[in-house]
Amino acid sequence: MGRKGLDYEDLNENVKKVQYAVRGELYLRASELQKEGKRIIFTNVGNPHALGQKPLTFPRQVVALCQAPFLLDDPNVGLIFPADAIARAKHYLAMAPGGLGAYSDSRGIPGVRKEVAEFIQRRDGYPSDPELIYLTDGASKGVMQMLNAIIRNDRDGILVPVPQYPLYSAAISLFGGSLVPYYLDEEANWGLDLVNTRQSVAAARSNGITVRAMVIINPGNPTGQCLSEANLREILNFCYQENLVLLADEVYQQNVYQDERPFISARKVLFDMGGPISREVQLISFHTVSKGYWGECGQRGGYFEMTNIPPKTVDEIYKVASIALSPNVPGQIFMGLMMNPPKPGDISYLKFATESKSILDSLRRRAQIMTDGFNSCRNVVCNFTEGAMYSFPQIRLPQRAMDTARSAGKEPDVFYCLKLLEATGISTVPGSGFGQKEGVFHLRTTILPAEEDMPAIMSSFKKFNDSFMEQYQDYSKL
Amino acid sequence: MAATVAVENLNPKVLKCEYAVRGEIVIHAQRLQQQLQTQPGSLPFDEILYCNIGNPQSLGQQPVTFFREVLALCDHPYLLQRDEIKSLFSADSISRAKQILASIPGKATGAYSHSQGIKGLRDTIAAGITSRDGFPANADDIFLTDGASPGVHLMMQLLIRNEKDGILVPIPQYPLYSASIALHGGALVPYYLNESTGWGLEISDVKKQLEDARSKGIDVRALVVINPGNPTGQVLAEENQYDIVKFCKNEGLVLLADEVYQENIYVDNKKFHSFKKIVRSLGYGEEDLPLVSYQSVSKGYYGECGKRGGYMEITGFSAPVREQIYKIASVNLCSNISGQILASLIMNPPKAGDESYASYKAEKDGIIASLTRRAKSLEDAFNKLDGITCNEAEGAMYLFPQLSLPQKAIEAAKAANKAPDAFYALRLLESTGIVVVPGSGFGQVPGTWHFRCTILPQEEKIPAIISRFKVFHEAFMAEYHD
Repeated sequence: MGRKGLDYEDLNENVKKVQYAVRGELYLRASELQKEGKRIIFTNVGNPHALGQKPLTFPRQVVALCQAPFLLDDPNVGLIFPADAIARAKHYLAMAPGGLGAYSDSRGIPGVRKEVAEFIQRRDGYPSDPELIYLTDGASKGVMQMLNAIIRNDRDGILVPVPQYPLYSAAISLFGGSLVPYYLDEEANWGLDLVNTRQSVAAARSNGITVRAMVIINPGNPTGQCLSEANLREILNFCYQENLVLLADEVYQQNVYQDERPFISARKVLFDMGGPISREVQLISFHTVSKGYWGECGQRGGYFEMTNIPPKTVDEIYKVASIALSPNVPGQIFMGLMMNPPKPGDISYLKFATESKSILDSLRRRAQIMTDGFNSCRNVVCNFTEGAMYSFPQIRLPQRAMDTARSAGKEPDVFYCLKLLEATGISTVPGSGFGQKEGVFHLRTTILPAEEDMPAIMSSFKKFNDSFMEQYQDYSKL
Repeated sequence: MAATVAVENLNPKVLKCEYAVRGEIVIHAQRLQQQLQTQPGSLPFDEILYCNIGNPQSLGQQPVTFFREVLALCDHPYLLQRDEIKSLFSADSISRAKQILASIPGKATGAYSHSQGIKGLRDTIAAGITSRDGFPANADDIFLTDGASPGVHLMMQLLIRNEKDGILVPIPQYPLYSASIALHGGALVPYYLNESTGWGLEISDVKKQLEDARSKGIDVRALVVINPGNPTGQVLAEENQYDIVKFCKNEGLVLLADEVYQENIYVDNKKFHSFKKIVRSLGYGEEDLPLVSYQSVSKGYYGECGKRGGYMEITGFSAPVREQIYKIASVNLCSNISGQILASLIMNPPKAGDESYASYKAEKDGIIASLTRRAKSLEDAFNKLDGITCNEAEGAMYLFPQLSLPQKAIEAAKAANKAPDAFYALRLLESTGIVVVPGSGFGQVPGTWHFRCTILPQEEKIPAIISRFKVFHEAFMAEYHD
């Protein structure tokens, strides 16, 4: 028998359909160029520590002590660790019988889930049940688990914002569901357009799709917009009327750079609304240690909180979580620390607060620098980054540029981004990786390069862009 | 308004899958444990003894000091600037941490890494595989994952297109495989291990099962082998491994080699041989056989379950397929960095001449020797009881005794709407606090009953476990004798 073991043709079709541009073509090309010795500025993924942001000190001290508990027995430990870090390490070790090396409860260490619940209660003013909070190896795993539970077949549709973080489109492809897009309004600073959303749902239903859930990303990725309380009410009412479970990706809740619309959780608004809606709308809320001012992407710490999910469904979700045995324990401790950080009066508070504020203030400044920088470029229009970690400028490509791109077999924004990469070393992700209106092109970059590098980066970009636009200018218009 | 996400409209594959290791018996045990706290003295025992899960450090096994030293320094690299650490950390752990940090771009352990894992760590792992096997390994073939399990899911996702795609799985098996196949909508094609020959694998049996499945229209894509076995503990004989590899090549199957227990061997007459080594010893190269080899930081003598560290080494796949594997890995960005570092440490531990070598070796040898003793004590104890026979645990962390249950017990179980081994396990729990997993959670020849018990409780506790078990078992058999 001469059968080949596994050919490309024999792969699961859903796997082949998956796309994830964040580490796709542009990133792979950038990596190749880097190997050849070119200096690359990776702005393709929200990965703050990779661009020089330092970890907060206190969590690293605590986790190091938990990692090597023999340090706690040493009389000299107080020379290099502050007393509150030592106490906190003991607090987590007491919660985790067997320490960092044992599988915990499949939902995560109960004591840490309690800290998460307490954080949510303080943030929103409503009690939260630790039993309905599941820690995961990063928020992405939780998103995958929930979408996998919801999607039965290709007639199950999930409402996803366009532009979106392509984990959602990738997961929907992988699980064989249907992505039902709802377009954010670029002219209204990427605002929600419920009329458009209703139309999408109606169109999907007329095609035989059962729309099951709605994803919101607040603050938005790649778009950065922060939803207002009124928006959240609209969305929750919409989910109630249309019988949708709301998947609220709130991983950027610490990253807010304007004061008009501070972060409000979907859960808080739901409970504020009261009445039957507050008891019936099903909501899953996601958070992570990867973003905010913590930026601890490499730890893979996250959680999801379930609201109004029936007990039998929770049992099924528990069952799936149990197959993975447990989320990584150090990541769980990072989550506990984020939910329960040093308080005023604690020895480490001042340093923690200073480090945190410095990062947030810098992100706020960089959001502005980048927005202004893009807006100063020819044929580039950029909404302000109200939150999250990205800038998503619109690149108005001349017809000749689009034609040249297409004859090179490339989407126009991919073509532009490759040229940008080759000219400047700036590695971005083309807007097509996130979704955009037909014929309107963007790129996503992060606001994460070090502040001192920003002016040079923006001027390098402008130089490339303006000369690109000059090169491809459609002179027939003149 | 009907709830949109209710059991009635959940993904049926989610509803179908099962995972007994943390299933019903364990949930019940957790309830009883709470009861012991709130109402001490209300039960015939004062502690729950979890023998259901391969989770050594939860039962008192100590981590390897050198590994934790390096991890702590990598977690908080600022320590490397302080002179005081010389009195707190071994010199070689300090230099290893520095070396590892130097291989991480920007020394940023909090950054997402390359989606296959940090290159320098993969180089270390590849070198470790090469040194173990005597055949070269390539860093580009390695994917670091959050434990070995995500790597298993990834391959099932890749391989299973629909319910007609089958995966050959040993029975009894570690139920990750049955759960993953169910979750991805495929067909589990069982091949039975032979209990009377120490859980031996007969290729002729596997071939029969394969042909039977094909005749039913199943396209059999892969063969899972767990070596050393879980729950069965057998270590494959080398000749057996050659047969398996040739079989996979001839039948066009992907070989999925779960080798997470490779460092848990308790007998002198068996050695671990990786399937990669076997494949290469047969002269098979990249064109001949697709092989995925899994390793984990959770088992061995390191037992670092909570870290979620592991890798898969993929060889024999075409470039387009490898791209797809990479693509799926990239959606999750990367596995946790601390787990990646640990995976590199277990594949490159202290060597003779290193400062930490003596203490490392003592810790390692101590743990393995203790596991060996506990495996033997429990095996002997089970075999001494009437109505229980137990194969030797040559490796891994489990015993899988067979129960000869009297007919009356089987009927009582049926009346209670439980599988007989689940009925037995529940009664065991309620009488003694000992938690095992019924054999039906792993699969067994129909009409036979087993349970899986770990060899992990601390050595001091073993005599009490044995005596409590004996009391329970003899009472149970007396209660239901024919």
